[in-house]
Amino acid sequence: MTTGRAPDPAEGASEDPAEGADGVATGRSTDPAGDPPEDPPEDPAGNQAAGRFLVRFDRVERTLHWVNAGLFAILILTGAALSLTPLMALVGRRLLVEQIHLGAGLALPGPFALAVAGRWGRGLRRDLSRLNRWTEDDRRWFAALGRSWSVRRYLRADLLLGKFNPGQKLNAAFTAGGTLVMLASGCMLHWFSPFPLSWRAGATFVHNWLALVFFVVITAHVCLALADRQALGSMVRGTISRAWARVHAPAWLEEMDAERRSAMAARSAEE
Amino acid sequence: MSTAAQGTPVGRRAVIGILGLGALGIVFGRDLQHGVSKLLAPVRESALGGLVPGAGGFELYTVTGGYPLPPPGYRLRVGGLVERPLSLTVSELEALPATRLTADFQCVTGWEVSNVHWVGVRLDDLATHAGALPSATAFELRSFDGVYTESLTRTQAEQTGALVAYSMLGAPVTRDHGGPLRLFVPGMFGYKSIKWLSEIDLVERPVPGYWEDNGYPVNAWIDGHPPTTGTA
Repeated sequence: MTTGRAPDPAEGASEDPAEGADGVATGRSTDPAGDPPEDPPEDPAGNQAAGRFLVRFDRVERTLHWVNAGLFAILILTGAALSLTPLMALVGRRLLVEQIHLGAGLALPGPFALAVAGRWGRGLRRDLSRLNRWTEDDRRWFAALGRSWSVRRYLRADLLLGKFNPGQKLNAAFTAGGTLVMLASGCMLHWFSPFPLSWRAGATFVHNWLALVFFVVITAHVCLALADRQALGSMVRGTISRAWARVHAPAWLEEMDAERRSAMAARSAEE
Repeated sequence: MSTAAQGTPVGRRAVIGILGLGALGIVFGRDLQHGVSKLLAPVRESALGGLVPGAGGFELYTVTGGYPLPPPGYRLRVGGLVERPLSLTVSELEALPATRLTADFQCVTGWEVSNVHWVGVRLDDLATHAGALPSATAFELRSFDGVYTESLTRTQAEQTGALVAYSMLGAPVTRDHGGPLRLFVPGMFGYKSIKWLSEIDLVERPVPGYWEDNGYPVNAWIDGHPPTTGTA
């Protein structure tokens, strides 16, 4: 692992001269869609130039993520106890479980609002804008995924992916919209009196089935995170290696490097 | 400037789209659920039945830890303002004139189960049987789970034909559905149909029950009002 250079499918897309001149060319794959390494070795040249790591998620984002993860865990567990009859038989105490479920649901927008509002939310706001915007390459990525469901397929040298891949963007949009729908339908189930009976039945329908979709999406999210320990680690520590970024988020790496260069240029101009 | 500014705001459109779908689901979800319930009837009746939250069928509520078991020597007691207090075993109750009916079970929060078949003894028949005094205008019902209570006026019992049911869905009422004996009040929301029934007292005025104390409406009529009389 330390001497061999694993194939790097994103390398061909890199236009950064510093990256192209890393000089370690052994074993470079000619197949741009070849299997990426599980743990890409570090790039010594790049390390010296810029440090080994990039900040992927700042402290505010990480805290928000884990607070949300905790709330979602409570929601899933209490929701399962409320709606799955064998679990209800074990747990019982319907009112108490309902109150915990309701409390966790209503708490959900709080941490997000707090994190996004202030000066400290700059990183989060920027990432939200990244998640919002879809490029032409994102669309092509989905088209390629439609043709082949290979797990490795999402790493494509000809596609210049940014900080978030299209799957992550879709997950973010689903989670945002789905959470709002769960909140609205959940409130209708608890404060049902103003609504006609058919809407209450509709809210039950939406809440039950969307909960099932959420369960599947969150399970997939956790599985993907466990399959990429570097990415998971960056949600704990905040940083990620340049090597990872080169494979998974080449456009983001370029963006970060360009920002660093202009910052350095500004600094040297001052001196 | 940065990559973040490039591309089209698909994310925001997707969020708005999901909100729209959610709103449509709330407005038309009842009909969709009917279709889904029909489609998933085999799943519901299989071992997986309780594990699919949206498959239709009953959502089982219990407010204590688990589903309670009847105490040893379980009997249904009818007392309060009566001339002859009753204490009936299930088979003694089954020996009384039975009433059968088929009705939809409607929860106040929205879920429903169509065409549930019930067999039992009418609550007002029991009151007559026990010799209810003229001053007794309401029933106070208690569950052997020790928590769940409900009440019904005698007029409401008469209007609805409320049953003390021992059979539900073509079989004896199961433990999770409130067996061996539970109430069923046609035309009223499900929380009125107290489960694990053990005591009925005739009283002067109704007292709000467990779910009413916890926010459910005292007016439990599904249509918001009693059925208009004089037509039948």
